[in-house]
Amino acid sequence: MLARRIIPCLDVRDGRVVKGVQFRNHEDVGDIIDLAMRYRDEGADELVFYDITASVDDRTVSPDWVGRVSRAIDIPFCVAGGIKTVEAAGARLAAGADKISINSPALARPDLINELHDAFGKQCVVVGIDTFEENGTYRVKSHTGDPDKTRETGRMTLDWVIEACKRGAGEIVLNCMNQDGVRKGYDIMQLKAVRAVCSVPLIASGGAGAAEHFEDVFKQANVDGALAASVFHKSVIAIPDLKAALKAANIEMRL
Amino acid sequence: MRLIIVDTGCANLASVQYAFTRLGVDTHISDDAAQINSAERIVLPGVGSAPYAMEKIRGKGLEDTLQNLSQPVLGICLGMQLIFETLDEGSMPSQGLGLVPGRIGLLDTKGAPSPHMGWNTLGDLKDDPILESVKSGSYAYFVHSFAAPISNNTLASSEYGMKFSAIVRHKNIWGCQFHPERSSHIGAQILKNFSKVTL
Repeated sequence: MLARRIIPCLDVRDGRVVKGVQFRNHEDVGDIIDLAMRYRDEGADELVFYDITASVDDRTVSPDWVGRVSRAIDIPFCVAGGIKTVEAAGARLAAGADKISINSPALARPDLINELHDAFGKQCVVVGIDTFEENGTYRVKSHTGDPDKTRETGRMTLDWVIEACKRGAGEIVLNCMNQDGVRKGYDIMQLKAVRAVCSVPLIASGGAGAAEHFEDVFKQANVDGALAASVFHKSVIAIPDLKAALKAANIEMRL
Repeated sequence: MRLIIVDTGCANLASVQYAFTRLGVDTHISDDAAQINSAERIVLPGVGSAPYAMEKIRGKGLEDTLQNLSQPVLGICLGMQLIFETLDEGSMPSQGLGLVPGRIGLLDTKGAPSPHMGWNTLGDLKDDPILESVKSGSYAYFVHSFAAPISNNTLASSEYGMKFSAIVRHKNIWGCQFHPERSSHIGAQILKNFSKVTL
C-alpha cells in the first residue's frame, strides 16, 4: 500500500536553512547537508528545499548545493525557488534533484508548466501555491518570500489548481498562508476543497504544530503528504515518534 | 570492466551514480557503444516520456547496442519500461527495446491521484540474487504513470489501483519500476546486489 509522506521543508537563504513566522523574521536553523542527513536518518520520506529569496531577488537556486544534497541522501528531494525556464529546471534535475517546484514564475507565465511537462515529464513538475483565505474565499498570492513584494494575483485557488493540473503539473503543494508558522493545524477545510478538484498528488503545507494535526489532515483531507518546517527544525515533533503515532492511528507509514 | 550507466540523454544520471558511489562501486557514465559493450554491468536509467527516450536512444545510435547485450543489465524506472516490447505511452503505441516480452500500459489508479508517487511496498517476492536480504513489505520510492503487468518475469509486485511489476527479470535483463537510488537502505541493497550479480 502507498504510504502517506512526511516531508520536512527546508527554507534556504544564502546557503543556510532558515525559518520565519508567516514568512517574516527569518532565523538561522542550520546547515543544509546536516539537516538533510538528520531528516533522512529520522525517516523523512522526502525533502523540499525552498530558496525563499530567489523569486523576489530575481536569482536562481544554486545548483552547487543541489549536487551536494544529491550526493548525501538516498531519499527523494524537490528544489524550489526562482526557476523560470526549462534550462534552469534542467540544470537542477541534472544535478540530482528529483523534482522541481515552481510558484511565482508559473503565475507570471503559466505556459512554463506545459514546457516543463513536455521537457521532463509530469513526475518531476511540482506546482507550489501560496493561498490566503479571506471571508471564506481562497486566493493565490505570489512573491511571498518578501512581505513587501507579495502580490495579489487575482487568481482563485481552486481554479489555479485545476489549471495547473491540466497544464501538466505532477504534484501540488498547497501552502495555506493563514496557518504558516503558527502551529494551529492544517487548513482542513481548504485542503478538502482542493483535494476534490486535484487529480494529482496533493501535499498539505502550513500550520503543523502537533502530531494530531498530521492525523487530521491525512484522515480528513486525504492528502498524499504533509509538509512542515519549524516543528521539525525546533524538535517540537520528532519524526520517528510522529510516524509511529500515525501508524498506530491506521495511517499507512513507512517505518 | 566496470559498471556503465548509459547516458540516455534524458535521465537523472547524477543521482544514480551517487548511489553507487555511496556503495563504493565504481561507475562510468557513457553513451559510447564500445564502452557499453565492454562493461561488466550496465544500468539503463530514465525519466520522462518513453517515446522521447526511445527517440534519444535511436538518435545516439544505441538501439542495436542495447538490444544485443549479454552482461547483466538493470533498467530503472523509465529505463525498466524501455526494456519491454511495446510502450503505450504517447499518442499511439510505440516499440521499446524488446529485451523483455510484454507491454507497458497505463496504470489504472481506480480514481486515486496519478502519477503513482511515493513509498509503496514490495510483495510476492521471488527467489533471485537481486532480492537478497530484501524482505516482503519493504518500501521503495515510485514515481510513474505507466507500468508493466504481472507476468512470469515478475520478481516483485506492488499495488496502486492495480497490481503491477515492481521488479522484473528476463535472462540477463532486470528492471526496477521504482528508484533504488532514492529508496533508502532497501534501494541501496538492491543496487549492491546488482553490482555483485553473476550470470
